[in-house]
Amino acid sequence: MEILPKLLSVNALIVAFLVVAVVTWISSVISVKILKGRVPGAAIAIIAGLILAFFGGKWTGGNKGISDVSGLAGFALLGSGMLRDFAVVATAMGSSLSEMKKTGWISAISLLMGVFISFFPAVIIAFAFGYRDAVSLSTIGAGACTFIVGPVTGAAIGADSSVIAISIAAGVFKSVFVTIFTAPLAKYIGLNNPQAAMAYGGLMGTTSGVTAGLAATDPKLVPYGAMTSTFATGVGCLLCPSICFFMVKFIFGQ
Amino acid sequence: MVIYGVGLLAFCFLVGQFIGESLGRFLGIEANVGGVGFSMILLMICTDGLQKRGLLPVPTEQGILFWSTMYIPIIIAMSATQNVFAAFSQGFMALLVGILPTLLLFLCIPVIIRLLSK
Repeated sequence: MEILPKLLSVNALIVAFLVVAVVTWISSVISVKILKGRVPGAAIAIIAGLILAFFGGKWTGGNKGISDVSGLAGFALLGSGMLRDFAVVATAMGSSLSEMKKTGWISAISLLMGVFISFFPAVIIAFAFGYRDAVSLSTIGAGACTFIVGPVTGAAIGADSSVIAISIAAGVFKSVFVTIFTAPLAKYIGLNNPQAAMAYGGLMGTTSGVTAGLAATDPKLVPYGAMTSTFATGVGCLLCPSICFFMVKFIFGQ
Repeated sequence: MVIYGVGLLAFCFLVGQFIGESLGRFLGIEANVGGVGFSMILLMICTDGLQKRGLLPVPTEQGILFWSTMYIPIIIAMSATQNVFAAFSQGFMALLVGILPTLLLFLCIPVIIRLLSK
């Protein structure tokens, strides 16, 4: 009787391959048969992943989604930042450097806009919910950039751990929102060419959201969005605990 | 050989990560700045150069293409390991902070595209 659990845990990565393949297959059947191709299979599979993550966290109380369920630990490796970045880099092959060069300065502007347009509206929301100190306001603002910028900023300016938890949660919500809504919004915002994808990557910033969102929209655009979004967390970590924090401090006092 | 492609990819990946980490250190922040971006540029330069010299045979190319096609399955696995439950248990404000500014960002994309076409 204990053969199976042992088998699953020793071969965790292989189990993850199988489960992801099954999820992908079911999603593509749903996409083709039930939704008549209106929603791409990849998008359904990614949303299915998020739902699995929700229940994984609920059942186990862990913080790594479905990978905390025994037997499914391989998800943590297959879905790790290491493999994600490795595969994202691989998508660059065949994409055009000259297309990327065309968008140089716009990418820089979109990165800066991405930080400020995330940060300050989030500060206003936090203010509306009763936060008044510059440290908490800035940490929550930083969480609206990416779920890494929030905790990095919070740690740098000495925020309370409960506030840091909120900033991480906000970053995760952003990533989930971008993942799900990129594909349906793409045609309304003109997201159908490499330049637009680069601007989008810089604005949104969340590499996981951007790469998953573009995967569901048009896989050919993934490298372009990834190219700019990979700078966003760095830019956010640079600006949030410095310029943005000083501005909040200037406005709200200590 | 397929492993040459995987090796080339790994080389570009590691060099790019090193540049990204160094840039982060240089700027005094605890984050990798553009590591994936530098890796991608390096890979594009390498494969382009090798292709022009006829040094990128199909099996080598397949070593890279395999990982590029594994990208979506990896993203599915990544989605399944996000801390979604904890995000929901942080309550309504975290949801608003995550979503409202992001909606504004979506609205900015057409503006930037218009800038681009000028």
